[in-house]
Amino acid sequence: MNRAPNIHVHDGRLVDPANGIDEPLDLWLADGRVLAVGEAPPGFEAEVSIDAGGLVVCPGLIDLGVYLREPGFEHKATIASESRAAARGGITTLVCMPQTEPVIDTPAVWELIRRRAKACGNARVLAMGALTQDLAGEQLAEMGALQRAGCVAVTNGRNRLANTLVARRAMEYASTFDLPVVLCSEDPHLKASGVVHEGAVATRLGLPGIPSAAETVAVARDLALTEHTGCRSHFHTLSTGRAAEMIAQARRTNRRISADVAVHQLFLMETDVDGFRAECRVDPPLRTHSDRERLRQAVAEGEIEVICSDHQPHEADAKSEPFPATAPGISGLETLLPLTLKLVEEGVLDLPRAIACLTAGPARVLGLELGRLSPGASADLCIFDPEAAWTFRADEMASAGRNTPFDGWEFRGRVTHTLFEGRITHRLEP
Amino acid sequence: MRENLQLNEAGELRHLLSIEGLKREHLERILDIAESFAVLPGRQVKKVPLLRGRIVTNLFFENSTRTRTTFELAAKLLSADVINFNVSVSATSKGETLLDTLRNLEAMHSDLFVVRHQHSGAAHFIARHVAPGVSVINAGDGWHAHPTQALLDMFTIRRHKGDFTPLRVAIVGDIQHSRVARSQIMALNTLGVTEVRIIGPCTLLPAEARSLGVHLYHDLESGLEEVDVIIMLRLQRERMEGALLPSAHEYFQLYGLTEARLKRARPDAIVMHPGPINRGVEIASEVADGPRSVILQQVSYGIAVRMAVMSLILGARGGENE
Repeated sequence: MNRAPNIHVHDGRLVDPANGIDEPLDLWLADGRVLAVGEAPPGFEAEVSIDAGGLVVCPGLIDLGVYLREPGFEHKATIASESRAAARGGITTLVCMPQTEPVIDTPAVWELIRRRAKACGNARVLAMGALTQDLAGEQLAEMGALQRAGCVAVTNGRNRLANTLVARRAMEYASTFDLPVVLCSEDPHLKASGVVHEGAVATRLGLPGIPSAAETVAVARDLALTEHTGCRSHFHTLSTGRAAEMIAQARRTNRRISADVAVHQLFLMETDVDGFRAECRVDPPLRTHSDRERLRQAVAEGEIEVICSDHQPHEADAKSEPFPATAPGISGLETLLPLTLKLVEEGVLDLPRAIACLTAGPARVLGLELGRLSPGASADLCIFDPEAAWTFRADEMASAGRNTPFDGWEFRGRVTHTLFEGRITHRLEP
Repeated sequence: MRENLQLNEAGELRHLLSIEGLKREHLERILDIAESFAVLPGRQVKKVPLLRGRIVTNLFFENSTRTRTTFELAAKLLSADVINFNVSVSATSKGETLLDTLRNLEAMHSDLFVVRHQHSGAAHFIARHVAPGVSVINAGDGWHAHPTQALLDMFTIRRHKGDFTPLRVAIVGDIQHSRVARSQIMALNTLGVTEVRIIGPCTLLPAEARSLGVHLYHDLESGLEEVDVIIMLRLQRERMEGALLPSAHEYFQLYGLTEARLKRARPDAIVMHPGPINRGVEIASEVADGPRSVILQQVSYGIAVRMAVMSLILGARGGENE
């Protein structure tokens, strides 16, 4: 590949929460890295100049926990299609879940994904390895080998660890390598055949419910095992206010515990499912107004330090069935930043805090040298116009999955440029 | 963003998917039309030509003999042609999607689909995807709705009680898994009864039951005090396996309707059951066969009510002039 060009990003508002920066500063990029911030390096000759006047310049976004569908589910999406969607959404690092076919439980599968991603060149793809072989919850995966091959965390994904002893051993074994364990805590027996939150809407529509206790019971177990094993637990995609409070309490004595929330949980509620809207079927389910407000509060207080898209692209057929037969999930890469900026508009977060949840937060949780624009760092940038008003359209999405409940939503704030390793991977057509 | 799929722009019934979203006038109109059809079984010539040349397709994804038969009979009495499509032993078990099945049947020029499906929301899904001129009647979807059953129950109640407003109605048993109960509760509240009670153990009542506009009782005897109508629900055997109930024996001890318990209700209270009944599980034989039972009337009124719904939806309203 050719050398990345010398780029001068000028007149923008630089928001780099990891470095505590929020001020008008220029950036100079060379060889795919940040060369200088604020002060021009001597003798720099820009080959490309980006006028960021009126725009916000921030580190490229990191999305923790996406489903790239390749290998195995290419009818839903591919690494190529989803890394293009990521670039469109200002995301430069995708941390993918191991639920591929075959599962990422050996270095070979990860190596295949890594090569494909590198060939696409639109975003960095990092992987979480499987916690158990084939995610079956029975035998431990080769976590040591996965870590050496470059996996940044381990998880059993949404295949729950029903056996508490296996959960304990897996967390203990992961602690050997200080690997973060990403937990989608949900009790499979309490979930049973549930498809929506067990509340008023499930009652009226006669849909099998998933009680809030399915999450709180599992979070309680996993917090107890975290305390016992000393592992680095990250709770992924919380849906209940109660679980957020339990985690906040545990964090008072153990700051190695962290949590994230899918951005759709901060906007949608069980009532959005009304009329059997399959595009609002997600796992864990949309819950009550009170849950949404408590999750927002936990983000505002920093107890939840990561916001993710929980990106799950699907082919149209997957949502085109009677509600209980549809697949859960939202194709979320392209709405991650717009929705997060809506939280700023609604006064939940200030802009630097919002950006931190998409950059410094996930980098800290996974121990990545990313999500900051210090000299020497990878030149991963997201540049957006904070005032641009626009309407999101499902049929204009770059993702192969157009399963979104946000079709027609009005947003303020739109990505104008995405740079990955010093190359422009997305530029908004004027 | 709640669309009302069931009504056309003029506010008339286009599909019947659920009682929710319908006004009291809609329900009363169906009951009034059914009244005119209810006289037909007594006549020598039972057929009317209202739906001559129309095609009604029974699209059943779940086994059902009696509901399908009453729909078939209702359609035939209206002179429609009927196709029975039993999907549980047909295409979808070979991997065809519901939409593919639907497209194939549409190619057969059906005017009306009568749909039963194991998934809540299936009738809504089909109504959203049928061609503009085609209508859908929900004959039961998952735990969600069974509106024609609720309407025939309302018809039965009206025949016996006249006015709905002073009535107290108790629905007893497995509310959580019952599409019939959900539709009955909505119909009764829409028709303005004084009180709807649901009676059962906690495991068989839905999570936020009160949000349906009902009073909860766990004790059958106190729940039956002063009620005008008692609706018993069928108890499925698999409830014992799912750790929802200890045994059929204990269920009958606590929630079975016996002569002694019936005395708690008003002296003129009627006893209903959507069938098929489990004698000795939810209802004692002496009550099921007793003078207060209207269970068999429900079945025959079912035909008139389904004729009313079909004729109304297909825009042939001549039934009123019979």
